Amino acid sequence: MSFWNRHKIFETNSIVLIVGILLVIAIGGLVEITPLFYLKSTIEKVDGIRPYTPLELAGRNVYIREGCYLCHSQMIRPLRDEIERYGHYSLAAESMYDHPFQWGSKRTGPDLARVGGKYSDDWHVAHLKNPRSIVPQSVMPSYAFLASNTVDGASLADHLRTNRVLGVPYTDEDVAKAAEDLKSQVDPDGAGAADLLKRYPKAVVRNFDGQGGAPTELDALVAYLQMLGTLVDFKLYNEKANLR
Amino acid sequence: MNQALTSKRITLGEGGLTLVFTLTTVLCVYAAIFAKDAPFAFHAALGAAFSAWAVFAIITRYSRRTGLPPQEINGVPNYNLGPIKFLSFMAMFWGIAGFTVGLYIALELAYPGLNVAQWVNFGRLRPLHTSAVVFAFGGNVLLATSFYVVQRTTRARIAGDLAPWFVAIGYNFFIVIAGTGYLLGVTQSKEYAEPEWYADLWLTIVWVVYLLVFVATLMKRKEPHIYVANWFYLAFILTIAVLHLGNNPTLPVSLLGSKSYIAWAGVQDAMFQWWYGHNAVGFFLTAGFLAIMYYFIPKRAERPVYSYRLSIIHFWALIFLYIWAGPHHLHYTALPDWTQTLGMTFSIMLWMPSWGGMINGLMTLSGAWDKLRTDPVLRMMVVSVAFYGMSTFEGPMMAIKAVNSLSHYTDWTVGHVHSGALGWVGFVSFGALYCLVPWVWGRKQLYSLRLVNWHFWIATLGIVLYISAMWVSGILQGLMWRAYTSLGFLEYSFIETVEAMHPFYAIRAAGGGLFLIGALIMAYNLWMTVRVGESSEAQPRVALQAAE
Repeated sequence: MSFWNRHKIFETNSIVLIVGILLVIAIGGLVEITPLFYLKSTIEKVDGIRPYTPLELAGRNVYIREGCYLCHSQMIRPLRDEIERYGHYSLAAESMYDHPFQWGSKRTGPDLARVGGKYSDDWHVAHLKNPRSIVPQSVMPSYAFLASNTVDGASLADHLRTNRVLGVPYTDEDVAKAAEDLKSQVDPDGAGAADLLKRYPKAVVRNFDGQGGAPTELDALVAYLQMLGTLVDFKLYNEKANLR
Repeated sequence: MNQALTSKRITLGEGGLTLVFTLTTVLCVYAAIFAKDAPFAFHAALGAAFSAWAVFAIITRYSRRTGLPPQEINGVPNYNLGPIKFLSFMAMFWGIAGFTVGLYIALELAYPGLNVAQWVNFGRLRPLHTSAVVFAFGGNVLLATSFYVVQRTTRARIAGDLAPWFVAIGYNFFIVIAGTGYLLGVTQSKEYAEPEWYADLWLTIVWVVYLLVFVATLMKRKEPHIYVANWFYLAFILTIAVLHLGNNPTLPVSLLGSKSYIAWAGVQDAMFQWWYGHNAVGFFLTAGFLAIMYYFIPKRAERPVYSYRLSIIHFWALIFLYIWAGPHHLHYTALPDWTQTLGMTFSIMLWMPSWGGMINGLMTLSGAWDKLRTDPVLRMMVVSVAFYGMSTFEGPMMAIKAVNSLSHYTDWTVGHVHSGALGWVGFVSFGALYCLVPWVWGRKQLYSLRLVNWHFWIATLGIVLYISAMWVSGILQGLMWRAYTSLGFLEYSFIETVEAMHPFYAIRAAGGGLFLIGALIMAYNLWMTVRVGESSEAQPRVALQAAE
C-alpha cells in the first residue's frame, strides 16, 4: 500500500480526520506555552513588584477600555535606541500581575512602559484633555470626558477579590480597604495616605487631576501612568543574578 | 421521509430551542434590570429582545410549515440554501460597514480632529474595524461558503433543520454584541479577541453547534471521500474552537457586569494571546479561505485541482507549522529567547506549505489561463492567490528577528496584514460571493461582469496605494527611531517620526477609500443580480463564451 493510499483513512472517516487535526495542532502550542508556567527562568526574581492600588487598577481599566494599547506599547526591547529613548528594557516580572498584559503591538505613539515620573501631573491632565495643546503634531484623540466620570469605588473590592482568585497577592486588608484606599490616594493630607503607602510601596499619592471631590477617571488614569515602570529600582537590579 | 411530510409533529430542535430561548429571555430581562453597568444592561436587553424574537420566529415557522423539508427530491439532494442567502447578505453588509469604519480610522490618523466623541475615538473604533472585517465580513463568508461547499461536495442536505439557522443568526447576534460593546468601551483588550466573557460564552455555544452541523453533514455524505476543501473548513472550525477557549478563560467581576479579568497574566498571557492572534490569521483567515480557494477556483475555471498529493502535504504541514509561529509577534520582548527562536524558525518553515497552497491554486488554471481575459471573477480569485503568495513570503521574512527589530511596532506590520487581508482574504471572498450569489439565487449570470471588472481594478489600485504607503511609512519610521547623529545622540524625537507619517496616512486612506468604492459597486451588482438577474449587457458575453 502506497503512502498516498494510507491517507485514505482521513478522507473517508470524519472522526479520524478530526482526531488527526486536533493532534497535529496541539503540539506547537503545548511545547511553546506549557514550559512558561514551570520554567523558573521565565520570570526573573525582582524586588519591588507589587499589585496595583485600587486607583491604579481603576486607571488601568480606563486605559484598557479606551484602547490605549492599540497605539502605545508597554514593552521596551533590549535594543540600544529603545533603551536610550525609553529606559531599561522591560522585565517579565514587571507585568507578572497584569491581567491582561498590555505589551501592545504598535507604536503610533511612544512606548509607555516607563512613562511614570517623566512628566508632571499637570502635563498629563492637559495632554489627555487636549493632546495638541501640548504637542501640536500629535494625532492622539482627546480624553477630556474622563474628568467628569467618577470612579465607582463600591465595586473595587470585587475587582481586587477577582484578581486575588487569579493569583494577585492582595491581602484581606487590601480588599477590605479598597474603597477607602481609592480616596486616600488622591488626598495626600488625609489620614489614610500613610497606611496606603505601607501596603503599596512607591504608590504616588497626589490630587492628580487638580479637581476636588471624588476621584475621577482622569485621576485614576494619571495615577496609573505615573507608576508605570517605577516599581523596580534599576540601580539595585542585578541582571546577572537571574542567569541560570 | 414521506411520513414526515404528512404528519406534523414538533421536532426536538423546535421544542428544545423554544424552551432554551424562553429561559434566556427571562434571564436576560433579569440581568437587564439588575445590571451593574450600563453597557451590560444594554446587552442584556438586546439578548432579551433577540431571545423573545427567536421564540416567536420558531413558533411562527412551526405553525406555517406542513412537514419537514425532504432530504432529496427525485433523487437530487434538496440543498438547504436559505441560511446561505442570509449569510451572503450579511457578509456584504458587514463588509461595507467594516471597510467604512476602516476608512474612518485611517482618516483619524491623518486628521486627528475626526476623533469627535468618546464612542468614535480611534481606540474604540479600531477593534470595531478589525472585528467587522475579520469576524463579521470574513466570518459570514466562511459560514456561507462552508454551508454551500459541504452540501455540494457531500451531495447531502445540510444536517439539522433549525441548527444551520441557529448558527447563521446566532453568529450575527454575537457580532452585534461584540461591535456595540466596542463603541461602549466593553473590551478585554486582547487583540482580535476583544469581546467580553458573555459574548465569548455565546460564541462558544454557536461555534459548537457549527462544528456539529458541519461534521454531521460530513457523516451523512453520499460521496465516499471527504473533499479537500472540507479538510480545510474542518481544521478552521476545530482550531478556532481550541484557540478561542485557550485565549479567553476569564473571571467576571460580577455575573451582572461586563468587566472580567483574564486568568493568564503577563508573559504567559502574552504568549497565549499571540498563539491565538497568529492562528486567528492562520486558521480563520488562511485555512478557511484556502477551503474557498479549493472549491471556487476549480469550479469557476472548470479545471480539476492541480495536485492531489500537494494538497495532502501542504494541508498537514500548514496546520502543524502554523501553530508554532505565534512568538514572532513577541520578538525581543520579555518572552524567553527559546520561545522566540522556536517561533521564528517555524515561521520561516511556514513559507513552504503556504507556497504549496499558492502553487496548487494557481496551477489549477493550467489549460484555462485564457479565462483570465474574459472572466473578471476568476481573475479576482487568481490575483487573490498571488497576494496570498506575496504576503506569505513577506510574513516569514518579517518573522526573522533582525528584520523584526525594524518592522515591529511600525506600519510595516499594518501594511503586511492588509496585503493579506485586502488582497488575499478580500479578493477571494469577493470572488466566492460573485460565484455564490447567482448559484444560490438561481440566476444564470451576474447582473454585470463589466461592473466586476471596475470593482477589480479600483480595488486593486486601492490595495497598491495602501500597502506601498505602509511599506514606506513603516520602514521610514523604524529607521528614524534608530537613527543616530554623528555625535552619538538619537537623531529624532518621537513626535518628529509621527509628523513624518502624515502624507502616508493620507495616501493609505485614499487606498482604503478606493477599496470601499469597489465594494459598493459589488454590493450594487449583487443586489441587481438577485433582483433582476443578468442585464442585457451580459448577453453578448455569454454568447461569445459559448462560441469559444
